[in-house]
Amino acid sequence: MLIESPVAYVGLAVLLVLILASVVTFIIKKQQGHSLSTQAVELDQRIRSWWWMMILLFGCLFLGKLASITLFMFISYLALKEFFSTVPTQHVDRSVLFWAYLSIPLQYYWVYSAWYGMFLVFIPVYVFLLLPFRRVLTQKAEGFTQAMGIIHWGVMLSVFCLSHIAFLLQVDTHSTASSGSSLVLLLLLTTQFNDIAQYICGKSFGKHKIIPQISPNKTWEGFIGGVICTTILTSQLAPLLSPFSFSQSLILGLIISSMGFVGDVVMSAVKRDLGIKDYSQLIPGHGGILDRCDSLIYTAPLFFHYYAYLYY
Amino acid sequence: MKKSLYKLLFFALWMKPLAFILIGLNIVRVGTLPTEGPSVVIANHNSHLDALILMSLYPLRIINQVRPVAAADYFFKNKYLKWFATRCLDIVPIDRNNRQLNETFEICNTALNNGQILLLFPEGSRGNPEELGKIKKGLFYMLKDRADLACLKIVPVFMYGLGKALPRGEALLVPFNVDVIIGKALVFPETSKDFVHAIGQTFQDLQSYCLHKGVFQELKDE
Repeated sequence: MLIESPVAYVGLAVLLVLILASVVTFIIKKQQGHSLSTQAVELDQRIRSWWWMMILLFGCLFLGKLASITLFMFISYLALKEFFSTVPTQHVDRSVLFWAYLSIPLQYYWVYSAWYGMFLVFIPVYVFLLLPFRRVLTQKAEGFTQAMGIIHWGVMLSVFCLSHIAFLLQVDTHSTASSGSSLVLLLLLTTQFNDIAQYICGKSFGKHKIIPQISPNKTWEGFIGGVICTTILTSQLAPLLSPFSFSQSLILGLIISSMGFVGDVVMSAVKRDLGIKDYSQLIPGHGGILDRCDSLIYTAPLFFHYYAYLYY
Repeated sequence: MKKSLYKLLFFALWMKPLAFILIGLNIVRVGTLPTEGPSVVIANHNSHLDALILMSLYPLRIINQVRPVAAADYFFKNKYLKWFATRCLDIVPIDRNNRQLNETFEICNTALNNGQILLLFPEGSRGNPEELGKIKKGLFYMLKDRADLACLKIVPVFMYGLGKALPRGEALLVPFNVDVIIGKALVFPETSKDFVHAIGQTFQDLQSYCLHKGVFQELKDE
């Protein structure tokens, strides 16, 4: 049964792609000999990291719901930690940050218990109202407004938005072929594919800058190439992994590719504002969790609600 | 033997996972950490976690050779803390109130002579969160008469973020990522003044490798 599930088929396909990527990297390294270019080193690191990320993802998906939800909870935690470590905070904010961290296990408990209503309102309503109160209890007004804006935005990005990936595991797909985990896979693969496609198209054909003040390496050619490639991939993958029809899959491809781009540039704007290159060094070759999940922050909730609108 | 096992288990089962999960390190290697004694690692001091995080950078295989120099009056003030400081950390205890500096220096030099790697905080105490305090001269006088000065490695390490995670006077640990910048070995200077200046300057230089730009405004030189 496990072997026949579409998740396993897609897993095999990912395995083949990774093997191919590793072989190509190996050949490039062989050609360059001892004096490896920095690009080759980075490519090598990236592919290695992709192996680890895919092993973790598929491992947890096969282990089941609890393991998968725990994985996404941990990812949310690492993302929030990166965010709080990057943005300016004060000594008095520490207690508020601590409470903000506590929202993670609770939010993922609502996911685990499939409490849809609470999952939707917990962070935008309850956490939103509680954190400023905790800051008031510190009796220090200095920097209050700025701190609350920063902290709540961070919780929304890293906990609320990313937890939508995990809630996909709880939806009823009304079919035997697809399941919650196949929806997760569809979201993650299309979003990450879009990142890579936009990068490669930009590197190959990029001429006209799309948003130079925020992200100088992004081009119209990269963006449009990514949209085309991702929409094609989604139209093939979605009917296999989800109940989406062909035309619905095309729209999904457009949502993923365009909104993935938006997520990417939003998180780049934060980095540019703070004058940093990466959020952390957690994933060799990629940077931090937030560098890898920037587009997911946008695509996860939008994918979820597109699905919920059509099928829930 | 038993004593070293506590330390090994403490770092393997508790400190290393904690450094990864609750803290999260961004390590920048400008130089390399010494893996053989006698050598001295000096770092800026903001938190109780400083020594623990520095030690967790070392592979378990040589963790028993790495010993933090710490104040006996603080760490031996009750029996639980003393047990932890001697068993799990294996500190080199120095008495800050002892006017006989030679005795203090001798304890450290004996450890160095045994081929150990000492961790030292030349600012003395932890000071205000993420602020560089005044560099003390003690280390210069401790080392200056050593015969092996030419090959003794003194490696500076700058850490940013632990003063946010667990600052002085706070009991609540709040998770923050930490930048750890490992500098190049220092050349031992002629005078204590040069020594203090060199250390202060190195810490300043290493700050520029921090991931976070905010550091520049937040850190003030003495």
